[in-house]
Order: sequence, then structure tokens, then C-alpha cells
Amino acid sequence: MSKNIGDKIFKGLAIFASLLLILLVISLFLSLVIYSIPSIKKFGFKFLIDKIWDPVADKYGALPAIYGTLVTSFLALLIAFPISIGIAIFISELAPIFLKRLFSFIIELLGAIPSLIYGMWGLFVLAPLVQLKIGPFIQKILGFLPFFQGYPMGVGYLTAGIILSIMIIPTISSLSREILMAVPIDQREAGYALGMTKWEVISKVVLGNARSGIFAAGILGLGRALGEAVAVTMVIGNFHDISISLFSPGVTITSVIINQFAEATGELKLSALMELALILFLTTFLIMGFARYYILKRIVKE
Amino acid sequence: MSYRTRKIINRIMLTISVITFLIGSFFLFWILGDVFLKGIRYINFSLFVELPKPPGVLGGGVANAIVGTLILTIVASLIGVPIGMMIAIAITEYHLGKLAWWSKFLTEVLTSFPTLIIGVFVYTIIVIPMKTFSALAGSIALSIIMLPVIAKSTEESLKMVPISVREAAYALGVPKWKTILRVVIPSASSGIVTGIMIAVARVMGETAPLLFTSFNNVYWSFSLTKPIGSLTVTIFNYATSPYDDWRNKAFASALVLAAIILILNIIARIYASKKGKH
Repeated sequence: MSKNIGDKIFKGLAIFASLLLILLVISLFLSLVIYSIPSIKKFGFKFLIDKIWDPVADKYGALPAIYGTLVTSFLALLIAFPISIGIAIFISELAPIFLKRLFSFIIELLGAIPSLIYGMWGLFVLAPLVQLKIGPFIQKILGFLPFFQGYPMGVGYLTAGIILSIMIIPTISSLSREILMAVPIDQREAGYALGMTKWEVISKVVLGNARSGIFAAGILGLGRALGEAVAVTMVIGNFHDISISLFSPGVTITSVIINQFAEATGELKLSALMELALILFLTTFLIMGFARYYILKRIVKE
Repeated sequence: MSYRTRKIINRIMLTISVITFLIGSFFLFWILGDVFLKGIRYINFSLFVELPKPPGVLGGGVANAIVGTLILTIVASLIGVPIGMMIAIAITEYHLGKLAWWSKFLTEVLTSFPTLIIGVFVYTIIVIPMKTFSALAGSIALSIIMLPVIAKSTEESLKMVPISVREAAYALGVPKWKTILRVVIPSASSGIVTGIMIAVARVMGETAPLLFTSFNNVYWSFSLTKPIGSLTVTIFNYATSPYDDWRNKAFASALVLAAIILILNIIARIYASKKGKH
């Protein structure tokens, strides 16, 4: 009898914890929606396409923030994706077996560094470097492109994109590595038996097999970049405008929230910030959900 | 393509792969090396025992922020670890069908979810009703960030425990809940402890969610219902300030923080590889 009660209570607690998790995500969504209502009512769809952010006139538009978030995140993905795949290939296919764990640990440590320390490095090391060396160098070679106009200020989209790319390398590469390592050995051997070189086996057999998984890893990295807050805030420059030049300072959804949330006094301003958070929530939730679902399904299939 | 060209392409591509790894590790050593070199000069005794001084006044430390981070992390662990473990137990030990699928899916999604949004959420449900920033709000935000990490690592460790271990306990007449608590969890303990250490290291470095929950406090505070200083928020404020003295303190504090986080990660890794079966 007493056994039965103990079991019921324990199972009840386990179910309660799971329900709590689901409830947590639902209430997270609902609270963002509720607090966004004043802003949604006032600005409607125009919130998404308006450039103005004027607390004095109480007018808010999200376009510069959305633009900045997308530009920096895709720039980060553009830089990080090939590097991460290279790292995954190195660790899974080239590194000696007894060093594989050490090498993956080194890359994983990159993911353990707090975003704050990335931000400090970005602000005090990378930003001056972009201003004085990297910026002028890019301008000399690609200065005719619209993306590299104007004087590099150090802080801006480019610096934020570079910082983000370093931060998402561990996410993409460790996941890709796992996916590459899951490709059966006999498939590689079959490739060698046909007289393929190592690179041909990697590119045609291994990567071909892991294509969809690596794609999902990239999406997951993108999701991380979209939501990254402190490091980006420190190097984006906090300038409420849109510029096609990557040297320009800008804002991102997260940097606007970080800089203005604690001092948001008016109801409408708080609501506009909440709506920004809601936009970020929906975007990352869909992206992460899609990538995770995709990966989960693949693992189940195997 | 001739055999020769294929060989050359092979050589080039494999070299590029090695270079990408070198780039990755180069940034690790550059970033950590930078914090170390800039921070080590300003590490002194008063950093650990004194309160912050106003700008312009030299000296002082971040003792209250170190204690604040410890309080926030401990309270967050007290909430996050048991709930996270129970979620994992629900997924692996009980057959809950759809509920298990959803909690597994949400754990996965939350693992790399923007922590800033979790801070905003806790602001709406704790800070607004309490009408004040508080250590409790900060701890709850951190515990939510811990949840998926704990749940995932516990789930993976529980799965490694063979069914026969459970069946041996059942055969002795041990009830299921006692089997889980006394037999299954102890056998999975190395993985679970590793997960806890990594989760603790992760939340200790969180800044964004604390800005709107525990906020900041430049004085000693041990109360859960008042704003509390933390290492990360202090570093953030100091690093973005125009004062050289504050920036130097930011680097010294960042070095302390980075050292704690790295050591936790390294211990976790060594612990996992020593005790784990491979």
C-alpha cells in the first residue's frame, strides 16, 4: 500500500515538472503577447516597416532593429558556416583518434566563454582592429561595393557579425561533427574501394550523406546568432538607422531591448520593447523548433 | 581529371580543413589571452573584499558582486536542478507518450533559446508584481536557463543505465520510485553531476537576463527580495563606462569569472571521462 502511494507521488512530481515546462513556454509567449498589445494596437503592421524610434514623441518602429539583427546574423552565418564545417571535417575525418576528444573540447570551450567576455574582446580588440586595419583593407579591395562605403567606425554591423560568427562556430561545428561521425564507416570504405581520394570520400560520400543534418546545424547556429544579446550590444554602435554599408553602426532587436528596457517608463515604450521581444521569440522559436524537429526526426529514423 | 590534379585538390582541401580548426582554436587563445593579460595586472586583494567605489575614487573592489553571483547561482540551482531532473525522469522512466515528446522537444528548443527573452519574461511575471527588481527574480531567470541543460544531460545519463539494473531492483521488491532514486540516479550520477557543473558554469556567465531581474546593487545585499549585484552586470557596466579605472576592474573581474567558468568546464570534462564508460 505505502509503496503504491510513494510511486504515485513520485510519478505525479515527474508529470508536474513536465507540465511546468510546457506551461512555462506557453506563459512566456502569452505574457509577451499581452504586454505587446498597446504597441500592436497603436502601430499595427507599420511597426515592422517604420524606421523611427523616438521616445520623446512616443513613436516606435522596429525596422532598423529587425534589419540589424538579420544583417549581423546572416553575416555571422556566412563566415561561421564554412569554418565550422571545416572544423567538423578535421575532427571527425582527419584528427588522430586519441586527439579527437581534446580537439572537440577546445572548440567546445569557445562556446563556454560568456557572451560578456566576447563583448569586451569585441569592444577593446576587434573594433579598433576593424577601424584601423580590417576596414581599410577591405575597402582597398572591395571598396567599389555598396557594402563597404564610408569610413569604418570600428563598431557596427561588420564587427558584430564577426563576433557572432566566432560565437556560433562551436554550435554549428559540434553538431556537424556528430552528424559526420554518424555516417557509417563502410560507406567511406566503399568510396576508397572505388579509388577515391580522401577529399573525394569526404565531399561526395560523407558530406553528401550528412547534407540535411549539416543544414539543420547551420539553421541552429543562425538561431543562436539572432538571439545573442550582450556581445552584440557592446559592438553594434547603437545607432537607430538602416545602412547598406557594413561599416555603419546600427541596432539589433536585442541591443534595443538591453539599452532601453530598464529605463522604459512609458507604457507604450515598454510595450514596443515587448513587441520586439515577441518578434524575436517567434522567429527563434520557429527556427529552433524547425531545426530540432528535423534533427530529432533524423535521429529517430536512424 | 587526372590522378595528379585529384591528388592536389585532395591536399589543398585537407589543408584548408586543418586551417579552419587552427582559426577556431586561435580565437579561443586570443580572447582568453587578452582577458588574462589585461586582467592579471589589476587583480588584487581589495577586488575580492571591498565594495565598489564611486567613479573617480580609486580603489575598491567587487566583493558584493562575487557574493551576489554566488547567491544567484545557488538559488537558481536549488530551483533548476530538481525540476530539470524530474523532467528527465518523466521522459525516460515513465511512458507518457505525447507529454514526453513535448517536454523533450521544448527542452531541445530552450537549450539555445535567447536568454534575454527569459529575462524579459521574468520581468513581467516577478518584477512587475513585486514592483522591484530582486535577487529572487534573477535566480528564477537563471533557473529557467538551467532547466533544459540539466534535463538534457540527465536524460542522456539515465538512458545509459541498462534496463537490467532496474529489473534487478524490481526483482528485490523495490518500488519504482525508490529504484529510480537509489539505483538508477546513483548509477547515472557522473553524467548528471557533469551536466550540473556545465549548467552552473553557463548561468554564472549570463548577463542579459539579470539586467532586468536582479538589476544591480553596489552595496552588500543578502536579501532575495532586493536588487543584488552580480559579477556579470558589474563587468558590463564597468566595461562600457568611460573610466579607465573601471575598465581595468572590468578586466580583472572578467578574468576571475572566466577562470571559474573554465575550471568548472574542465573539471566537468575530466570527471565525465574518468567515470563514464566509453
